[in-house]
Amino acid sequence: MSTTWIDIAALDDVPQRGARLVKTAHGCVAVFRTGTDDIYALDNACPHKDGPLAEGIVHGASVTCPLHNWVISLVTGAVQGPDEGQVATYPARVEDGRILLDVAFLRTRAVA
Amino acid sequence: MAKQRLVVIGAGMASGRVLEHLFEADPDAYDVTLFNAEPRGNYNRIMLSPVLSGEKTYEEIVTHDDDWYAQKNVTCRFGEQVVKIDRDMKVVEGENGHVPYDKLLIATGSAPFIIPVPGKDLPGVISYRDLDDTNAMIDACAKGGSAVVIGGGLLGLEAAAGLAMRGMSVTVLHLMGHLMDRQLDPAAGYLLRKDLEGRGITVKTQASTKAIIGDDKVEAVVLEDGETLPADLVVMAVGIRPETRLANDARIEVNRGIDVNAQMQTSDPDIFAVGECLEFDGMLFGLVAPLYDQAKVVASGLLDDPGVFVPKELSTKLKVTGCDLFSAGDFEDGEGREDIVFRDPARGVYRRLVIEDDTLIGAVMYGDTADSNWFFGLIRDKTDIADMRDTLIFGPAFQGGAASDPLSAVAALPRDAEICGCNGICKGQIEDAIAGGATDLGAIKATTKASASCGTCTGLVEQVLAVSLGDDFVIPAAASICACTDMTHDDVRRMIKSQKLTSMPAVWQECGWKTSCGCHVCRPALNFYLLADWPLDYKDDPQSRFINERKHANIQKDGTFSVVPRMWGGITTPNELRAIADAADKFMVPTVKVTGGQRIDLLGVKGEDLPAIWDDLNKAGMVSGHAYSKGLRTVKTCVGTDHCRFGTQDSTGLGIKLEKTLWGSWTPHKLKLAVSGCPRNCAEATCKDIGVICVDSGYQISIGGAAGMDVRETELLLQVASEDEAIAVIKAVTQLYRENAKYLDRIYKWMAKVGLDWISEQIEDLDNRTALVERFELSQSIYRKDPWAEHVAKAETYQPVADLTLEAAE
Repeated sequence: MSTTWIDIAALDDVPQRGARLVKTAHGCVAVFRTGTDDIYALDNACPHKDGPLAEGIVHGASVTCPLHNWVISLVTGAVQGPDEGQVATYPARVEDGRILLDVAFLRTRAVA
Repeated sequence: MAKQRLVVIGAGMASGRVLEHLFEADPDAYDVTLFNAEPRGNYNRIMLSPVLSGEKTYEEIVTHDDDWYAQKNVTCRFGEQVVKIDRDMKVVEGENGHVPYDKLLIATGSAPFIIPVPGKDLPGVISYRDLDDTNAMIDACAKGGSAVVIGGGLLGLEAAAGLAMRGMSVTVLHLMGHLMDRQLDPAAGYLLRKDLEGRGITVKTQASTKAIIGDDKVEAVVLEDGETLPADLVVMAVGIRPETRLANDARIEVNRGIDVNAQMQTSDPDIFAVGECLEFDGMLFGLVAPLYDQAKVVASGLLDDPGVFVPKELSTKLKVTGCDLFSAGDFEDGEGREDIVFRDPARGVYRRLVIEDDTLIGAVMYGDTADSNWFFGLIRDKTDIADMRDTLIFGPAFQGGAASDPLSAVAALPRDAEICGCNGICKGQIEDAIAGGATDLGAIKATTKASASCGTCTGLVEQVLAVSLGDDFVIPAAASICACTDMTHDDVRRMIKSQKLTSMPAVWQECGWKTSCGCHVCRPALNFYLLADWPLDYKDDPQSRFINERKHANIQKDGTFSVVPRMWGGITTPNELRAIADAADKFMVPTVKVTGGQRIDLLGVKGEDLPAIWDDLNKAGMVSGHAYSKGLRTVKTCVGTDHCRFGTQDSTGLGIKLEKTLWGSWTPHKLKLAVSGCPRNCAEATCKDIGVICVDSGYQISIGGAAGMDVRETELLLQVASEDEAIAVIKAVTQLYRENAKYLDRIYKWMAKVGLDWISEQIEDLDNRTALVERFELSQSIYRKDPWAEHVAKAETYQPVADLTLEAAE
């Protein structure tokens, strides 16, 4: 499938080491910005107890779930350390200070 | 064959290099006419900084002099603007006449970006691009005074350093959080700032310029936060953009820069471009290395032997004598990437390498860049580093070296660094005691009193012993804060105080953090320590706070929040209750509960509704109850002499006064108070962190109670006669706790470590009590305010940043 990037927001709308939500027809996607201005998009639910990852503390390229401190890699969506699990990740990138998401990919979430 | 005619617009570093290659390959191919708007020929523009600082003269940086142009038969049209390019006639129109061309080379470079603020055109506001700007700055320095440099990037900092060397009092304003944010990470930015501040330059980050003011010349710069900085000179160095006006007018294709192919040809094949004015494959070029590569391609293209321009990895160095920094490649976090961080606080060295698929892809270095070329080579050549991965960070000479030394931070401390705050004992005194035969902790305590009072500096004293005695002293194992550091909470607190560390990157560097930006365990602790010790210098970092404190509400298991408005001393009014009821209805709050702290909890509020419900409660006169904070929670009271037949004092009134003076303060853990009007203790004051029992003769203040995972009864700290004294004692003990306890220790845990006797001594000493109260009030001047009202003003950040529900349904 071809990619269809669409402009979501300005990079500065998401704080460094923070996250904002994007509403989709199939639930919220959390868009994370690291301390080095990388952008990642993941499902906003920890595999443990559905904790809202967007509310977690972002450190390096990981986020710590606010409910029970599970640490999730923003890059792969994999749960780190002794816990196990996987969060779905979505293509995201930054261009000219704008955050782009792949809408076609988000749409396939409904099918998956 | 007749010579062809080549016209070059712009005599910069790139076009100069084109001409060299051209004449070298075929001196007779072209008659060359060279236009330059500046009244001079080619010089080494990147050496303007040493000219500004006085380390070089203009003559030393000239690359092509009059003799050279004469020898090559170049017709020089210096000091003449080009008016237009006529592509149909193949003519360049200068102010002083036309020149026909067969081939044209546009090398117009870049123009400084001027931020559109009032006063930007005042005399005394200059950019920093060419020799005229440089000379204007040198002239301004002759008169002395204050200079403000807007822009903390490469160019701005070189200007600042040059102006400082010429005796100006310099302030650098930078919009982002750390200097050179495009080339450096925060850690290296911190070291750079420290170096610049060391040479007397003032640095203000997150500083946004609102206006430049003055009557007939610049007088001051005004910032968004209202601060006014006097200025006799303002240097605008916020960035550059390609100079494309001539190309635009000639209808050559221009994006951000003049669009060229890999042969450096524009959309008109007879017109080439080179340097900062062009755009290739979406990229702009500002550093000299790719410009020289482009020049080669242009020269061969002019001789009908087209080459191919391939952009290469770039590296950055700052040309400020004494500031040794280097950055290259891509050093952002990413998929499959691994960071190697090395810090040597003793030498002010920071190195960070980013590795992907066994190759080095990025590097940031500060303090010691001797090996930068070696690292840059590894990046450029994509060398497989698998075999040297473990020792890579130590550089080429050190393959096989030892791991970093966890004691280096303490080893680096100067002799006058205060180790024991209670007794004012410096590192040097401890070293002298060791030399005098005190070789264990007990002997140090006995001879110097270091760590003999509250004991929180014990870890550091032991490290001084270890550094001095080597293998003869074995440090008892103490738990470090987290895997990011070998230091304990107490060690880091001492370092923050004695080394005046006022930012998180400063702590990471000076305490040898092993990660680039900490983790969810250490960041909240550091955030508290920094704001508690340096309330005026440190700015609270919401991104280093747990969600409850970041969003000023308690997160619940389903991701909703609870909202608890403050009820001072547990007293409310019918109007407040009505407003709470209305809010509960309006926002469909599923659960309304009375708390143990004498107030009302609205549970199950959606995150996006928070600012709206706060706004409603604010309008009814209520503020945040901080029911979520490691800070003052509640002051529980009984009704005291107002109503109770046993009450001895106005316990409700004192509770309200205490809550109004303490609210908003951050503490190592939550802080709960209570005031009971008589020893019957209906407010349960003796299981609070700080409890007051009113008696006929005054107020008994006791501390260290708990009724949670542990249950503890408070112990009497002091009895005082008046309400004012009670308030002062409670403020002082709160401040002592804020300044000394480990993050997440309640008062009872802290008291178990330092002892009630030590706490009493500090509070009973009236001078000390007054000083503690003053420091508490200083901090409260920043933090005693309603966070809800502030967050209502930025309500949009609580909403989703985008709504794709329609997009995705298509």
